Amino acid sequence: MNREDFPLLKQDIIYFDNSATSLKPKCVIDKIADYYTNYSANAHRGDYDLSFKVDQEYEQTRTLVKDFLNAKSLEEIIFTSGTTESLNMIAHGFFEDLLEPNDEILLTTSEHASNVLPWFRLANKLGVKINYIPLDDNYYVTLDNLKKVVTPQTKVISLAGITNVIGDKRPIKEITEYAHAHNIFVVVDAAQMIPHMRVDVSDLDVDFLAFSGHKICGPTGVGVLYGKKELLEHLEPTNLGGGMNESFDSPDQVYLKPLPTRLEAGTPNIAGVIGLGEAIKYIESIGYTKINDQVHNLRKYLISKLLPIKYIDIINLESDSGIIAFNVSNIFSQDIAYYLNKYNICVRAGNHCAKILKNAVGVTNTVRISLYFYNTYEEIDNLVELLSDYDKIVKEMI
Amino acid sequence: MDNETKREIIMENYTHPLNRKRMDGCGYYKVNTNNASCIDNIDIYVKFENDLIKDITFEGEACAISISATSVMINNLIGKTKEEALEFIKEFEQMTEGKTYNSELLKDANAYNDIYKQGNRKTCATLPFRGLQKAILENK
Repeated sequence: MNREDFPLLKQDIIYFDNSATSLKPKCVIDKIADYYTNYSANAHRGDYDLSFKVDQEYEQTRTLVKDFLNAKSLEEIIFTSGTTESLNMIAHGFFEDLLEPNDEILLTTSEHASNVLPWFRLANKLGVKINYIPLDDNYYVTLDNLKKVVTPQTKVISLAGITNVIGDKRPIKEITEYAHAHNIFVVVDAAQMIPHMRVDVSDLDVDFLAFSGHKICGPTGVGVLYGKKELLEHLEPTNLGGGMNESFDSPDQVYLKPLPTRLEAGTPNIAGVIGLGEAIKYIESIGYTKINDQVHNLRKYLISKLLPIKYIDIINLESDSGIIAFNVSNIFSQDIAYYLNKYNICVRAGNHCAKILKNAVGVTNTVRISLYFYNTYEEIDNLVELLSDYDKIVKEMI
Repeated sequence: MDNETKREIIMENYTHPLNRKRMDGCGYYKVNTNNASCIDNIDIYVKFENDLIKDITFEGEACAISISATSVMINNLIGKTKEEALEFIKEFEQMTEGKTYNSELLKDANAYNDIYKQGNRKTCATLPFRGLQKAILENK
């Protein structure tokens, strides 16, 4: 559905790599071009009309994001370059000052690198420990399994709302409830969650949350760091510079601006932020219910078509997003991706940046298909036809 | 070399690669070689005897092009001197860049002479050669 909104789909391409990034609708592209064409001044320089317009558009996106996430105030919405920067700011700017040796950080083995490596660095730097919530047989996180590994030393749980290999949805609200009862902070990587479900930070009661614009039809290079205001007040800015200071005379006389500006040093990605606002409006105009119905129906259809193919092993029969990870017997996943590429089908092969998951799943690499609402049943039929002929795969994979 | 012959060389070396075995210790020098843009990841084990390459083995996970190229490389370069091997590697890289090269020297490695047309597979073919080159340069 809504295919006509996406200029790229006019090409002869089947795009099944939506977990990596989504396609951009014309309204988002136009919005960005409009900024660069008609009012490309800097932000926060309201001395002239052009810049005033930039401020209006930029801050309007902040309001859009606040409402989109149901945050309590605009001060809780910080624009970053994406989920990775947001998570690094949280780990480095907030927890580095808070954690002490022998404190424990809880992750899961299916986290993306950006929700692992910043914590590894803290572990090395501070002598804190990393533990993992065990996954169940379907690679899901359950509250019971969480309870098994929480100790009095556990200070923070950081996990994806939906993962990028299996596509499982985590019970964030229950986790937060339990964590807060035990004085544990909860950080959510919502990169794969935001394209597929309504994220209500007030209802989930998470302490911090991060997402990227490009996964929800927005531009690359822009994302959001959400944090509860009282916590963000203690988040040390990673970057110091223009736009975020009140005044400075000497090292002991530096005065910073209040939130959210304090955490957005330098000229921001103005076009990106404005484009993100348009993307959110676009997603809201379709609605999560319609998006999800379409993605789930497409996924069910694809699974039903792949299941009869004996030499295909599907890793995640169950999933809460549009991800299907699979392998073709005796063929390296990358060769499948190359084979499909010959027919203009874009899929991903690899470990999908979740390098420690392989120990849990027992499979290092997979072919990953990730669907979004603009995919079609016909595209799936094309894919399945190509995968149904083993000899053809072997013949054409090199 | 016609396309069918190229295909046979690649598939034969992919399905039955030469010396696919780990040789930790035993006087073998180990290098890892991987591609930033894809998931090919191979360890290469080389046994040197003075200036001579006595043996090469490998282990790892990689695509058909990488695995087969590793096997072809091993088949061609065991018993060669370091200089001869470096010369072979240089010619192979010339070929994968689409430049003039010594096709006589490369023998069955000519099976990859079209790879320069596929930007995203070029690094797969050159992967083992970059690894061996590193091993040689580190043992000069």
